[in-house]
Amino acid sequence: MSYITKSPWVIHYDGSSCNGCDIEVLACLTPMYDVERFGIINTGNPKHADIFLVTGSVNEQNIPVIKQIYEQMPKPKVVVAIGICATSGGVFRECYNIMGGVDTVIPVDVYVPGCAARPEAIIDGVVKGLGVLAEKRARLPQELAEERAQRLAVSEADEAEAVITVEIPGDAKAAAEKGDGQNV
Amino acid sequence: MSKRTIIPFGPQHPVLPEPVHLDLVIEDERVVEAIPSIGYIHRGLEKLVEKREFTEMVYVIERICGICSFGHGWGYCKSVEGNMGIVVPDRAEFLRTIWHELSRMHSHLLWLGLLADGFGFESLFMHSWRLRETVLDIFEKTTGGRVIFSVCKLGGVRKDIDADGLKEIVKLLAGMKAEIKELTDVFLEDYSVKNRLVGVGVLSRDEAAELCTVGPMARASGLRQDIRLDGHGAYAKLAFEPAVEEDGDCHARCKVRVRELFQSIDLITQCAESMPDGEISVPVKGSPSGEFVARMEQPRGEAYYYSIGNGSKFLERMRVRTPTNMNIPAMVKTLQGCDLADVPMLILTIDPCISCTER
Amino acid sequence: MSEEKHLMQEIIPIEVSELLDRVQDMKEAGYRLGQLCAAKAGGQFHLLYSFDKDCALTNLKLPVKDGEPIPSITGVYWPAFIYENEIQDLFGFQFKHLALNYNGKFFKVAEPTPWNPKQKEG
Repeated sequence: MSYITKSPWVIHYDGSSCNGCDIEVLACLTPMYDVERFGIINTGNPKHADIFLVTGSVNEQNIPVIKQIYEQMPKPKVVVAIGICATSGGVFRECYNIMGGVDTVIPVDVYVPGCAARPEAIIDGVVKGLGVLAEKRARLPQELAEERAQRLAVSEADEAEAVITVEIPGDAKAAAEKGDGQNV
Repeated sequence: MSKRTIIPFGPQHPVLPEPVHLDLVIEDERVVEAIPSIGYIHRGLEKLVEKREFTEMVYVIERICGICSFGHGWGYCKSVEGNMGIVVPDRAEFLRTIWHELSRMHSHLLWLGLLADGFGFESLFMHSWRLRETVLDIFEKTTGGRVIFSVCKLGGVRKDIDADGLKEIVKLLAGMKAEIKELTDVFLEDYSVKNRLVGVGVLSRDEAAELCTVGPMARASGLRQDIRLDGHGAYAKLAFEPAVEEDGDCHARCKVRVRELFQSIDLITQCAESMPDGEISVPVKGSPSGEFVARMEQPRGEAYYYSIGNGSKFLERMRVRTPTNMNIPAMVKTLQGCDLADVPMLILTIDPCISCTER
Repeated sequence: MSEEKHLMQEIIPIEVSELLDRVQDMKEAGYRLGQLCAAKAGGQFHLLYSFDKDCALTNLKLPVKDGEPIPSITGVYWPAFIYENEIQDLFGFQFKHLALNYNGKFFKVAEPTPWNPKQKEG
């Protein structure tokens, strides 16, 4: 069983989908395909979710909704675009109210083609997403360290700027820098 | 007087997989007013007629909604066929009727599942969706697709079902009857389910007529209103009487849909038994140049398809009016004065389809 | 003949001045509002009001000029507010005495009045 590393929890959002892919996502959870038996759960809370399933293309109304869900999800996270509309806008690409695929708003890791995407394809996409999730998890400590370093660099720069603008006398500035160094 | 509060409902919420937004004005636990606003799924697909030829447009119209996809395709074809004066062969009309009634079954089973989920009966939801898979298997076997199968085309249908195939469908559906009965008996007879549905969201016959409701919503309030009565497709040749209930509450709406499940099985069986021989499509020549309003009885109610042609390959206008559009006013009215906890039930029992509404 | 009902339909051209009376007549005759939509055909805008009674379809076709306010029929058929708001948002026509007016906030669209873009042309 060592190859089963995790049972991801998924969150689903319907962009401007026609429902076709949405009912197929739900069909994955119901008795015929039943991914719940592997511990995969469809959650409504973005903070519980590992994998974000997006169906349908993006219109201006749901850009903030998709962004909010994505940003609230903890790292590592994977986005799976389900169906051709989520991939590129599909048949609705030229509609006046459609911006395009989900990747116009957030980074997408796995694209599942189909109109509507079949449950087998959706499950396959989620399994592919698991691989991406593992990679991301492996990279996570390094990524976090880099982010931290960047944050520090930014805050140091801010501090240096602040120091210059308020013109703190030389001694205090040196002390502040020293103190900062200790904290790190 | 108690204080009024506004609760925003949606766009992301647990009742429907689709984003819909309602502002509920409540006083304590009672809803005083509900204000719908839409636009989360608006794609503007009607305007694609300017970019797609009328023969290709059927694929776009089928993708208005993945649940009643076949009916939308048929409605569009009917509108353009009426526009061009095309007479569709009988066999094609019978086949269309079979697929349309199967779509109704899959839609109603899906709806029963969502309703069960709405009142917190998870296993009932699972059973409804399990039964629905049999219908999807029939779709897959006869057309190759599960939910969107593009089998309807201008002038007829793309695929035929042979005599053995028809027999098999009838056999499968007959086998489903007992299981559907067992399932729907819980919906109609179970004490705790009835507790959630009976007497909730009553819409009287007069109100239903005044608010111009359509489909199961109208029939549950005692209106004998069903576009299948106008004799399109094979319906004129089938024995058919719409399911009408009098109570007008959520339970009646559930009952209408349950009766329609069995009615669909009956209609498909009749179609299979009296299936005429012949061609399944006629060639389409020329371009539409008039205007025509076609109507369909979708699982959710009456839908309009209005096409205007100008003699070119591109239609001037294609307008689709879907059933949910016409049921929103009734939903707004029934929500006034209901308990906050019953809001999901009331929204679900109109069987809203947001991607249909917004197109 | 009930079999042919789906092929029978009347499309009656009317004028703005007689709209409310005609709609009132339909209501009194027991018709139910089926739908209301706007369209542009042959360079001319028109509205189509569809009414149904026992599966018999009657349509009123009203030519409209851009920018000219149209009387709302919500006083007769309240549910028409859905369509009138939709037409306001997508076509930019104005309805007078609209019972429930969202003032352009019913359909949230990326560009205003996509079916009748004034800004771009003008």
